[in-house]
Amino acid sequence: MNINLTLISQMIAFAIFVAFCMKYVWPPIMKALDERATKIAEGLAAAERGQQEQEIGRQKALEEMKAAKAKAADIVAQAQKRYNEVMDEAKRDAQGEADRIKTAAHAEIEQETNRAREELRERMAALAVAAAEKVLEKEIDASAHKALIDSFAKQL
Amino acid sequence: MATAELTASDYIQHHLTNLTLGWLPDQGLVFAHNADEAAAMGFWALHVDSLLWSIGLGYLFLIGFRKVADNVTAGVPGKAQNFVEMIIDFVNENVRGSFSAKNDMVAPLALTIFAWVFLMNLMDLVPVDLIPWAFGQFMSLFGADPHHVFMRVVPTTDPNVTFGMALAVFFMVLYYSIKIKGVGGFVGELTLHPFGKFGIPANLILEGISLLSKPLSLSLRLFGNMYAGEMIFILVALMYGHNIVLSLGGGALQLAWAIFHILIITLQAFIFMVLTIVYLDMAHQTDH
Repeated sequence: MNINLTLISQMIAFAIFVAFCMKYVWPPIMKALDERATKIAEGLAAAERGQQEQEIGRQKALEEMKAAKAKAADIVAQAQKRYNEVMDEAKRDAQGEADRIKTAAHAEIEQETNRAREELRERMAALAVAAAEKVLEKEIDASAHKALIDSFAKQL
Repeated sequence: MATAELTASDYIQHHLTNLTLGWLPDQGLVFAHNADEAAAMGFWALHVDSLLWSIGLGYLFLIGFRKVADNVTAGVPGKAQNFVEMIIDFVNENVRGSFSAKNDMVAPLALTIFAWVFLMNLMDLVPVDLIPWAFGQFMSLFGADPHHVFMRVVPTTDPNVTFGMALAVFFMVLYYSIKIKGVGGFVGELTLHPFGKFGIPANLILEGISLLSKPLSLSLRLFGNMYAGEMIFILVALMYGHNIVLSLGGGALQLAWAIFHILIITLQAFIFMVLTIVYLDMAHQTDH
């Protein structure tokens, strides 16, 4: 319980220990703690940023999807339109073709009819001549009476 | 070691005497053989046990922390680093909470005080007879009488140790008071409050007492608590060896007191640290 030199020794030891702690112990550990705090802050900020970017990406993807859908709808509409056009054209072509064929057929029929009529007329003329011959009981000079026969034939 | 040839007061006296190295007029430089010789050595004597334990424990603390500081990483900390960081964080929180000025010395100082005082107090939990007995037996190998070999293992029960630390803190308070406020400011602080310039003597007495009471209360609080705690351990130890009932009762008491003492040793280390921070903060305050 005596106060003696121990007191001063303890003061010196205390001063040395504090100095050592201040120089070699506290700063490196504190630096590491600060560094870790910075690192964590950075990590959190990066996570935040990543989340934001993800959100933006999601939005972008949604927009792109929407655009793609619109485009697809557009293409379908266009195809529909084109289909209708092709359909119409084909119909028109077919109609034309049909008309042409019909016209040709008509013309042919007309021609055939005319031909038949001509033939009939000629036959009728011959028949008339024969009948006249029989009536006159003499041969008619076909060539002398050709005009007469033709006018007759024309009347048939 | 309440043996037959020892009375209870002898036993207590033995436990409360330091291993004192000093100069005796008739014997020269020797270790004191009893309390009277230790007292006769006067001021120029050393408490070898207090100093060895206190410096050894301080060295242990610094080496341990230095080892961690050497391998410190800002990444994932290991177990030792975690432990050290926990203590440093705790000290740092206290310094930031109580100390408003900027001074890079205060936090390491607070850490040193907290860890060192805690370790010194922790020696109180070592069974009170173990180390003194072992040391006495060891010294008797060299022909010394174990009854005259002293060993106190708790440095904070030595007022020299607590006063030494408190005085160092006191000098720091004086140094920073003068450095921050200037000699005039510091003298003004001591003399012009609280009664203004017409009450200078009264002011000086009041402020002087409040200034001087700082190291005194700081050291006496720690010393008183640890001394009383050790005394109770010694008194409890007196119960051993009489009969089975007293021995068992003593064991139970010692256990109970040791558990309670864990709180006290931590609290005292914490109080010493916080008061040091507060005193230094007051020394840094320019507005009174």
